[in-house]
Amino acid sequence: MPTQVTDEAVQKVIFDGLEEIGAEGEVSRDATFESLDVDSLDLVEVAQIIEDEFGVELDGDAMKDVKTVGDVIDLVVARAG
Amino acid sequence: MTPEGCAIVTGATRGIGAATARALADAGWPVAVNYRSDAEGAQAVVSDIESAGGRAIAVEADVTDPEAVDALFERAEEDLGGVMVLVNNAGMRADGLAPQLKPEEWDAVLNTNLSAAFKTTRRALRPMLRARFGRIVNVASIVGPRANAGQSNYAASKAGLIGMTKTVAVEVARRGITVNAVAPGLVDTQLTEGISDGLADEIPARRTGTPEEIAACVRFLASDDASYVTGTVLTVDGGLSA
Repeated sequence: MPTQVTDEAVQKVIFDGLEEIGAEGEVSRDATFESLDVDSLDLVEVAQIIEDEFGVELDGDAMKDVKTVGDVIDLVVARAG
Repeated sequence: MTPEGCAIVTGATRGIGAATARALADAGWPVAVNYRSDAEGAQAVVSDIESAGGRAIAVEADVTDPEAVDALFERAEEDLGGVMVLVNNAGMRADGLAPQLKPEEWDAVLNTNLSAAFKTTRRALRPMLRARFGRIVNVASIVGPRANAGQSNYAASKAGLIGMTKTVAVEVARRGITVNAVAPGLVDTQLTEGISDGLADEIPARRTGTPEEIAACVRFLASDDASYVTGTVLTVDGGLSA
């Protein structure tokens, strides 16, 4: 069963996922992926972690405009809503 | 260090696919022997592997169908562990000179030889990215990089497979995943029946290849010894393209 999507739950999963991937610097909602040294392939993994956890699919189109961690959290919450 | 897991070989009931399944099992991989319709052939390969002390299962799946690809991977993952090695071997021919080639013959060959390999690769990469390890080997051909009259569909599919191999290789190289192709020349298989007659004289080695000689190269590309080999095409043709 996928985990229920709440802002807090998504934030935790993404923060943990970014740590697992090896993001550099402090992870926060306002942090840009560029500042965290998170590249396009890392974002594919983030999308996969989200899909596995919440059952929300984030395709390449959805992910191409995200700049910050908060952008992805908002996107997941919006898509689940 | 190679993680635990298994190998999937598509189209593994005979020829290069069957030899590859046996070779990977011999290298220690549990193998999912994929087949579309020849259940008996697949079971024979599984029995060979088991008799030799290896582990294998036969899994039916039409790899041109994304849902069937998902089911194939899920079965392999459940029974044998995460898929760490994928060999895209399923292939077909439908020859004819371009003016006579039917659109459906074009589509069938492109779907089986190229698009199916993309679908399995896409599915395989997700867990491989997480595992920071993976070996994908695509069975291409010397036809594609070079012409063979009557095989515009086959040549396009194999040239496309090589392009896909190189591109995906550079996309995922930094995750410890290698993507390579082997390009067999004339090999004694059912797929080459009728096209190898009389051609052996043109091969510098003066003979056709065996499925086992291609499988040995796939086995190498799937091994730890090939960890720095990616995005390349290993031609195995007795010198025909030299």
